[in-house]
Amino acid sequence: MKIVVCVKFVPDIQADRRLGQDGRVVRDGGDGTLNELDENAVEAALALAEAAGDSEVVALTVGPAGAEDAVRRALQMGADRGVQVLDDALAGSDVFGTVTALAAAVRRIAADGPVDLVLTGMAALDGLTSLLPAALAAELDLPQLTLAAEVAVEDGAVRIRRELDGASETLAAPLPALVSVTDQANAPRYPNFKGIMAARKKPIQVLALADVGVDPAAVGAAGARTRIVGSSPRPPREDRVLITDDGTAGTRLAQYLAERKLV
Amino acid sequence: MTHPADGPVVVLLDHHTVDGAPRLRPPVLELLTLARGLARHTGAPVHAVALEPGLAAAAADEVGRYGVTVVHDVTVGDADRHLTPVAAEALAAVASRAGASAVLATSTFENKEAAARLGVLTGAGVVSDATGVTREDGEVVVSKTVFAGTWTTRCAITTPLAVVLVKANAVPAEPVDAPTEPRTEGHAVTVSAGARRATLTGRTERAATGRPELAEAQAVVAGGRGTNGDFSAVEELADVLGAAVGATRVATDEGWIGHEAQIGQTGVTISPQLYIGAGISGAVHHRGGMQASGTIVAVNSDPESPIFEIADFGVVGDLFDVLPQAAAEIRRLRG
Repeated sequence: MKIVVCVKFVPDIQADRRLGQDGRVVRDGGDGTLNELDENAVEAALALAEAAGDSEVVALTVGPAGAEDAVRRALQMGADRGVQVLDDALAGSDVFGTVTALAAAVRRIAADGPVDLVLTGMAALDGLTSLLPAALAAELDLPQLTLAAEVAVEDGAVRIRRELDGASETLAAPLPALVSVTDQANAPRYPNFKGIMAARKKPIQVLALADVGVDPAAVGAAGARTRIVGSSPRPPREDRVLITDDGTAGTRLAQYLAERKLV
Repeated sequence: MTHPADGPVVVLLDHHTVDGAPRLRPPVLELLTLARGLARHTGAPVHAVALEPGLAAAAADEVGRYGVTVVHDVTVGDADRHLTPVAAEALAAVASRAGASAVLATSTFENKEAAARLGVLTGAGVVSDATGVTREDGEVVVSKTVFAGTWTTRCAITTPLAVVLVKANAVPAEPVDAPTEPRTEGHAVTVSAGARRATLTGRTERAATGRPELAEAQAVVAGGRGTNGDFSAVEELADVLGAAVGATRVATDEGWIGHEAQIGQTGVTISPQLYIGAGISGAVHHRGGMQASGTIVAVNSDPESPIFEIADFGVVGDLFDVLPQAAAEIRRLRG
């Protein structure tokens, strides 16, 4: 089985995240990391590959220099090789530009052997839009099985279970298919020393847009369907109150809420 | 297929089932209010789309009170309307036939999937988790918060059709002065084979709790590790406030409450007018799911808890003392 797992390099959520004057996420590298939710996708890919035997896991990213750190982390966990689409024209891509580049790279990877499964995380912890998996499935015309809390592959078909706001669902589709997994799906393995050493020898293929047949005008700021017109940090909360309970804190809380017409 | 700026603003009707009949979810009324404000810039009408059988008829009076002129009642043949690729094709068909300028839906996981595919199908720009939408210099401009509510961005959609997913509690729902009598237009949509390749093999709808839905509640009381599994004080205060009950990842992982109650970046993201966290330290994943709330109250016995850094009203104390006393005082104030 050949599995492509999509990974994203994001600012560390523990760090001070900010937007630059152009309204884009500041990605200055130092505090970047593999999107934590993509670790669940890598883990699912590795577990499915191990269960199937004779499989290959390819970690794919679209992103600037530095983003190969996300791929490297996936290789340390156990992915076999990496692919990075790297091109100055990608700067400022919206989700559809990213999807165009990812889909082209998946087709390129499939050119030397069909891809059975494309895996993604449920969201990126920087944008949290969750739009990418469904858009990528549509772009690749693959069956879409998203937000999997459980995933299994058997007899050429993939089955998932997912928990939505008001319902629990099970879905099935023949391979090839696209699956996104949640953080409930598994516990990602931590790379061990052997994995970290082995990853140094694993190849990361760098592809430009021309290598995957994407018109630069279709991606990046040029192809984006949205444009940031302004951004600002939220003003700090004012008039904050912190009290220690002296036996009346509950009453004072109720009065605070009543004064603000919140009860 | 054209999407003129004065084309209808089309709102997807979300529903839940009450006593066997489809009913609108409360955030839809907020959406209709926002849609009316957006439509006013170009003199466009507001339309609604119903994908659930029976919903168009059941909701006609209510959406009329919010100024809707046309309800598109869509059937998808033997395709499964619960599959988001199917919903996306249904929305694309309605947006095309109506010549829509914008499609608005609530920012749920299912609607995000449908919107993403609608973007691929139609070339529309899509913005999710919006807190406001307006038109400036001819373009649809969307406000949203990012990085766990710590930044606000404004973003223009540059395509003729704009797709916007709006968070619950973005605006108060306001009916129109003179209700309309919406006309119903039926659409039989033929869904592509590609949208039907994944099949729904099982679906179990969760029973309603009697409390508001966490994602759309105007007030939320949440419990964490400090409850030690006893949610009675949290539930009592929630019921006095008419609030939804939420929880941290620790509390749901321990099985103290169902996973659907988890607030956080990977659970439910909330922005109620009032959030009360009890026995919650405020780990970054939890904060990411609630930091955009209006007023934040925290009750925790540990004064070093990071949640106090973002609380408007913090109490260092035992939640089992503070919450029942607050509930009693609220009852007393109401007489």
